[in-house]
Amino acid sequence: MIELKDVYKRFGQQIVLDGVNFTVKDGETLALLGPSGTGKSLLLKHIVGLIRQDSGIVRVDGKDVALLRRKELKELRSTIGYVFQNGALFDSMNVFENIRLGITDEDKFRDEAYAKERIEKCLTMVNLALDVALKYPAQLSGGMRKRVGISRAIAGAPKYLLYDEPTSGLDPVNSDIIDELVKSLSAELGVTSVMVTHDVRGAFKVADRLALLTGGKIVQQGTPDEFMKSTVPQVREFLERDFGNLTFAA
Amino acid sequence: MAEEILAPVHAVGRRVLTALAHVGRLSRLLAEIVRALAEWRIWLPRAFEETATIGTGSLPIILLVSAFAGAVTALQTGYQFTGNIPYYVAGSLIVESVVLELGPVLSGLILAGRIGARYAAELGTMRVTEQIDALETLGRSPASHLVIPRVIAGIIMVPMLVVVADIVGVFCGWLAVKQVLPVSNDAFQYGARVFWHPFDAYYSVIKGFAFGICITVISCYCGFSTEQGAEGVGKSTTNAVVASCVMVLLLDTLLAKLLLK
Repeated sequence: MIELKDVYKRFGQQIVLDGVNFTVKDGETLALLGPSGTGKSLLLKHIVGLIRQDSGIVRVDGKDVALLRRKELKELRSTIGYVFQNGALFDSMNVFENIRLGITDEDKFRDEAYAKERIEKCLTMVNLALDVALKYPAQLSGGMRKRVGISRAIAGAPKYLLYDEPTSGLDPVNSDIIDELVKSLSAELGVTSVMVTHDVRGAFKVADRLALLTGGKIVQQGTPDEFMKSTVPQVREFLERDFGNLTFAA
Repeated sequence: MAEEILAPVHAVGRRVLTALAHVGRLSRLLAEIVRALAEWRIWLPRAFEETATIGTGSLPIILLVSAFAGAVTALQTGYQFTGNIPYYVAGSLIVESVVLELGPVLSGLILAGRIGARYAAELGTMRVTEQIDALETLGRSPASHLVIPRVIAGIIMVPMLVVVADIVGVFCGWLAVKQVLPVSNDAFQYGARVFWHPFDAYYSVIKGFAFGICITVISCYCGFSTEQGAEGVGKSTTNAVVASCVMVLLLDTLLAKLLLK
């Protein structure tokens, strides 16, 4: 379970997170919506311990992330797969080597046969041909880079998956492919997922629950149905921007 | 009114805090490097690759600059000679100038530009494209994957390039001085030996070693501290080159004071 309680973060005079609260239950997919620059990606970085909150608690698997020692944090991170917005693939390594780095168990990482088998499996799961393994990130399209990023995130068989705008910058067809992929991975692997996005349609397709972050706070969270029926002005404004006619979307 | 009076104090305070923050972050990076030394299986193969890359890449410019430095030293020595100075002294001047100062310092400054800019830009780009964050989320140490191989490469390769620069500088100085002064080969060799101390060679290598550490650590630190996209990468690269050059000159002075007695 992922739990954020009164998380507060400021940079200089700017308050980015102003008491954020939400919980993601085991096996659930939560889509974190919100306009650009509201700190959605920052929240993911708190969950994986890349950034520490000024106050409040971030708990993953019952552990307070900010209080973990180096080794404990490394162990926790081995249970979390993080899909970065632009893939964050290592330019100097080919796809095979990139995905291999995602195998967080050191013994399995060094086992050539296991690594090869695991990488082939991961590539197949994200619908990529096996010959992609020998290509370098610069030779891949945007959609392929995102899928390789997902492959790397799932290579270590994580318990949690964090997606940072997995469909940003993609055309509608590729966005749909990624959305379907996120949905199928959640079902197949049974992982707990948090997906940061401002693609409302995609979020409604993929998520069990949604949360809207704006002004540093979560102003609404609930199931897609609850979201549609919400009377919170920020939620109405956000949904209408994407769906236009809400009765049609519902 | 009070604000106007206090403005310079605030400005100084901000600068002091920024400097302290840099010291803190640099110390943290150094601690990470020491901690990650145990992960030799990761950094050792990468260190070999880096060493080969910066060695082969930097060799042509080091050869060119050291050759010209040696030749120009010889030509200027010839210009300043009068009939009262024995010609063999030219050998002493050229060898000591090149080995003690020109070889190591010019190599240091050139490598501060070449290696410093490259490392800061590489790591800065990795920072802004979240590749360094990705390494951390994968439970891997950026120090063992990215920093130690580069620092080891600098520690190995910079002193070696300094030795090459010394040899080429002296050789070209020898060739050039014969064009401006009637100095024989025997006289040149005699002059070279008269003021030569074996420690001079060690001193040159020690300088290379110190420059190698400071250039690579500073440039890796600048790369790691990059913020704000492409503009940030540009700033980090400039900062890395400037700070490395300044440190090379400071170390040059410090080592001369400490070691040449």
